[in-house]
Order: sequence, then C-alpha cells, then structure tokens
Amino acid sequence: MTTTDMNAAGLKRDERLERLKLFGLSSPAILLVLVILVIPVGWLFYVSFIGADGSFSLENYERMIKRKSYGRIFLTTFEVSLLTTGLCILIGYPLAYFMSQLPNRIANLCLITVLLPFWTSLLVRTYAWLVLLQKNGLVNKWAISLGLWDEPIKIVHNLNGTLIGMVHIMLPFLVLPTYGAMKAIDRDYLKAAANMGASPARAFWTVFFPLSTPGLFAGALMVFVLCLGFFVTPAVLGGGKVIMVSMKIVSNIELFVNWGAASALGVVLLILTVAVLWLASRFLKLEQMTGGGH
Amino acid sequence: MIITKQDALPISVRDVTKTYGDVFALDDVSLEVESGEFLTLLGPSGSGKTTLLMVLAGFTRPDRGSLKFGNDEVIRKPPHLRDVGMVFQNYALFPHMTVAGNVGYPLRLRRVPKAEAAERVERALETVQLSGYGERRIDQLSGGQKQRVALARAIVFEPRILLMDEPLSALDKKLRDRMQIELRHLHEKLGMTTVYVTHDQREALTMSDRIAVVNFGRIMQLATPQQLYDQPENKFVADFIGDSTFLDVERDGEKLVAGTTVLKTTRPVPEGNNLSLMMRPERVRLLENAASEDVNEFTATVSEVVYQGESFLLYAALENGTEMAVRGAIRSGSFTSLPKPGETVRLGLDSADTVILSDREQQL
Ligand SMILES: Nc1ncnc2c1ncn2[C@@H]1O[C@H](COP(=O)(O)OP(=O)(O)O)[C@@H](O)[C@H]1O
Ligand SMILES: [Mg+2]
Repeated sequence: MTTTDMNAAGLKRDERLERLKLFGLSSPAILLVLVILVIPVGWLFYVSFIGADGSFSLENYERMIKRKSYGRIFLTTFEVSLLTTGLCILIGYPLAYFMSQLPNRIANLCLITVLLPFWTSLLVRTYAWLVLLQKNGLVNKWAISLGLWDEPIKIVHNLNGTLIGMVHIMLPFLVLPTYGAMKAIDRDYLKAAANMGASPARAFWTVFFPLSTPGLFAGALMVFVLCLGFFVTPAVLGGGKVIMVSMKIVSNIELFVNWGAASALGVVLLILTVAVLWLASRFLKLEQMTGGGH
Repeated sequence: MIITKQDALPISVRDVTKTYGDVFALDDVSLEVESGEFLTLLGPSGSGKTTLLMVLAGFTRPDRGSLKFGNDEVIRKPPHLRDVGMVFQNYALFPHMTVAGNVGYPLRLRRVPKAEAAERVERALETVQLSGYGERRIDQLSGGQKQRVALARAIVFEPRILLMDEPLSALDKKLRDRMQIELRHLHEKLGMTTVYVTHDQREALTMSDRIAVVNFGRIMQLATPQQLYDQPENKFVADFIGDSTFLDVERDGEKLVAGTTVLKTTRPVPEGNNLSLMMRPERVRLLENAASEDVNEFTATVSEVVYQGESFLLYAALENGTEMAVRGAIRSGSFTSLPKPGETVRLGLDSADTVILSDREQQL
C-alpha cells in the first residue's frame, strides 16, 4: 500500500455509512408520502378512467367537455380564487408593510394576532361568519343602526359572503411570507435611495416594493392554489350559489355515487394546479435571474 | 464631472447634541469643514462617528444644534433634498438592479435624459476603474468591486459633499491600502468636500487633510495628521494615535519631574496638576555617550529585545517600574550589539520631543 491511498478504503466506507444514516432518517417521511400521496393519487387516476359499467372508458372526461355546467364550475373556481388572491394582496400587503415597520416586540405581537385564527377550526370560523353576516346578523343590525343602509341586505349565501370568508381564512398565508421578505430588506437600501434624492414614495416603489415581491408572489401563489381546492367556506357561505370544483366532487360522490366522475374532476383540478405552479415557478425564476430573489 | 474647489461646499456644524436615553452619542459638537477638504472622523467604536455622519446626511435628527452647507441651514431638511453623496459601510447596493442600474439610479431620479445618463454612468464606472461592468449583477461582484460601485453611485450625480462611513473596513488589508490611495487621488480629481469615517488611525493619517479625533461624542482634537502625531492636545489623542508610553509628571515649584528626571522641554506645558509625559518609541534613543544639554535622560533595565526585521523594539523598565518601549533602526550587524535583558541602559529624549499633556479625558 502506498501512502497516497492510506485509509482510503476506510474513509470511503465511512462516507457510505453516513449517507445510509441520512437516508434512514428521511425514510419515515418518504414512506408517509408514498402511502398518503403517491398511492391515492395513482388510485385516483385509475378510477377516473373507469366508466359506469366498470370497464375502461373516457366517459368521465367526455362528460366534462360536453356539459356546459362543468366549464362554468371551473370558471367560477378560477374566478373566486383570483378574486380572493387579489383581495388578500390588497389587504395583506399594507398590513405586512405596517408590521415590518414596527419595532420587533410589537411586530411579534401583531404576528401572533395574525396567526390567532389558526387556533380555531376552519369550520368554526366559517360558521362564525355566517352568524355575523346573515340577514338579521350583527353586521346588518349595526349597519342599520348606524344608518349605513335601511333594510337588511343579503351579504351571505352569495359571492360576497364567500369572498369575505375566504379572504379572512387565506390572509395569514399571504401576510407571513410577505412580512418575512419585508423584514429581510436592509433599511440601508432605503437610506441609500433617500440619500441619492428619492422621496419616500419614490424609494418605496423603486426599492422596497421590488425587493418585497418574492415574498408577495410566494404568498399569493399559496393562497391561489389553496383556493382552487377550497371546500368548506364556499360551501357554507356560498349557499349553493357559488359552486367550485371541490363541491362538485362532493356532490358527485354523495348524490350520484359516481366515483369515476369525481376522480376525473380531481385529476383535472390536480393538473390545473400543477400547471399554475409550473407557470409561477418559471415566472419566479425569471424574477430571480433579474436579481429580485435573494 | 470635474468639480472645482469653488463648487464644493463648506460644512459648518454648531453645538450639535444627540442623546439616546442618557447616552450622549454627540455632545455639543462643533466642527468646520472647509470647502474641498478631506476631513476624517477618527475614533474608537461607539464614539459617535456614525451618528455625526448620519446627522450630516439627514438620517438622524439631533436634539439641537445647527448644520450649514455653505450658507444654507439644512438641519431640518429631509435627506432626499440634501444632495450629498454617501458611501455606506455595507455599500447598500440595490440587489435587484445591475451595476449600471445602481449607478444610474440617482440620474433617473433627476430625470437626466437616457443617452446622457448612460454616458455619465459609463464615465463614473471608468473613474472607479470598472469600465464594462455595467451589466453585472451585484452578487457577481467581489468586495472591492462593490466598494467601487458604491463610490461610483455616490459621485455620479456630482454632489458637492461626499460622506463615507468606514467604506474600506470590509476589505482585506492589501486592497484596503490600495483603495486608500485611490480614494485620495479621486478626491484630488473631483474636489468635493469629503467627510470620511474610520476607526483605523493609519488610514486616517494616510488619507486626510485634517482629522477630527472623536471620543464620547466629543471632538478631542481637530488638526492635520502631523500635528496630531507631534502635538497631541491631550492624553486620549496621544494614546489613540501611534504608540506611546506615559510617565506621571509632578510639579515641584517651577520644575517638572518625571521619576527622578527633571524635564527640559521646548514645548508649551499645560496648566493643572494631572500631567503626563508622552514618550513615542521611535523618539527615545539609547544613549552611548554622555547626554548633551538638551536631552532628558532616564535610567532603565532592559527586559526584552524583539527583532522586527527593519527595526528592533526594546522594552525596558524605568526605576519606578513603568515599562516603556524604544524602537530603533537595525543596520547591518547592529542587532547583536544591542543591550541584553537585565542590563542597565540610559535612554534619552530630546527636549524638542518632550511633550507634556494633561489627562483631559479624566475631566470628562
Ligand atoms: N439608534 C440608536 N439607539 C440607541 N443608541 C444608539 C443608536 N445609535 C447609536 N447609539 C449609541 O450612540 C453611541 C455612538 O454610536 P455610533 O455613532 O454608532 O458610534 P461609532 O460609529 O463611532 O462606532 C454609541 O454609544 C451607541 O450605542
Ligand atoms: Mg460606526
């Protein structure tokens, strides 16, 4: 043995052992993903290609193309998701900005209040909105006593109610990454901008906003994707007037016991979601190439 | 983009005080910076240098005081209207813009036409020796290059005042030495009034027309580098600039006594009783023959001799126990003839180099 391969075999074995250990640590997670994700999704694909008579057929997909109502459902789903995302941005971005300018201790307190809704169940929060927004609910009573409007108006069991509830529930998903990105912006950037002659508004739009967009995009994307498959809130607050893909899936199973049709809807929703994510990731990567992400 | 000295603005700081709670970050600071001058704020960390610079740039609102650029009172002017260039300690280059985007930013704010702006950006990059780097992303630059871009960005809109907060502290020593000279040349070429912050005395001595030594939010002395070194006004300045040993000095009637030596000096002696004698290692000599009239003589015991290449450093204890250092040049073979540890030597200090200081910082 020459001096150059001194201990070489032993060191190589150590390296292999280390990798094995790492794999061992991640195996429960890999197993979990396999069992609860890969297998059911595979099953979903399989079932979607089974017709009513139990043989292989494309009828579940054909139905989606032929019937107008399906197109409308997909359109509604995208519309509600886009509106929710847009409203979340309009409300969440200023909120995140405000929080990012506060001293750390107070900002953390605000952050807890933003996260507070997570401590109660989704269903409870949704029904709470129903109570508040219904015809003789608190909102209507107060508005009338304040003279904002005369008659009780319909705020729930329609698109408005759905949006109010969904925005409320989705807001933290937008605020958190946006706030994180804003916190990471060095304040010296804004000082430098001011030093070179930028008014506060100019400095905000030319420096702060572009640097906060990676967080904003990440949050908006998360909200949008979560909205695409959202069920509980639109079902309760939409009052049957806002029908999203998830609700059609449920009615296909509960009403018509048609697993094939439900699965096909699921598959299409999955593909659309993946497409959105793929488009967004290309867009975000472009953003990074121009130096936006860091 | 040549600014002549007449275009540069003088800065006048009067009685500026800034407190954080009960900390005086700036304590009644007054300072005149002449137009076109390169003035350095030098002081230990936490002495208030950045605070003073931030007051000049408009980012820190002082409790009181006056600040004039030329004849204009600007103390209440917001930073974006002050028209001063600034190089930040961490450069603060915008990561979402290219090099050209960063350097062109102040020109876009001023609505300079595109073609002219592009030309000025290129000229500014040329000035800092980064021609052709315009399309680079900021994270593709080395530390030294970032420093240059920050500088180009600060000078491209031809401000008449330039501020720099420890701009070289993130660079390695070699690059720092080179950039010091380059910044100095650039200042000579552009001629804007420059206030430079550093905690590195050598950097301050190398670059500045004048240096303001800052401590505890006060200016301890404002003078040329040579005056600071040769005629420090107080013990803090003497201690901070260069190496020195201090000996307690007693007043004995008219006479001044350090240890057993009655001091002869050609320099002014301050009032008061808390006096110290400053001894710089390179101004103290080993005496071989009898001392002449104008030399103060001390007896000491050698404790250590250190070889340092071009020079030697000899440590010796005076009769009262004070350790002091003597530095001297080594000529061929002379190192072996130096005294050995344990030997008694006579040390001499010319009366022209005998600086007696009051311990001013103890009064603060
Ligand atoms: N924003 C601040 N809040 C509280 N104290 C501060 C603040 N900025 C500076 N100080 C205090 O003021 C003093 C001077 O600080 P600074 O000007 O940053 O010193 P230097 O730049 O010379 O290191 C320090 O004691 C520092 O702790
Ligand atoms: Mg500082």
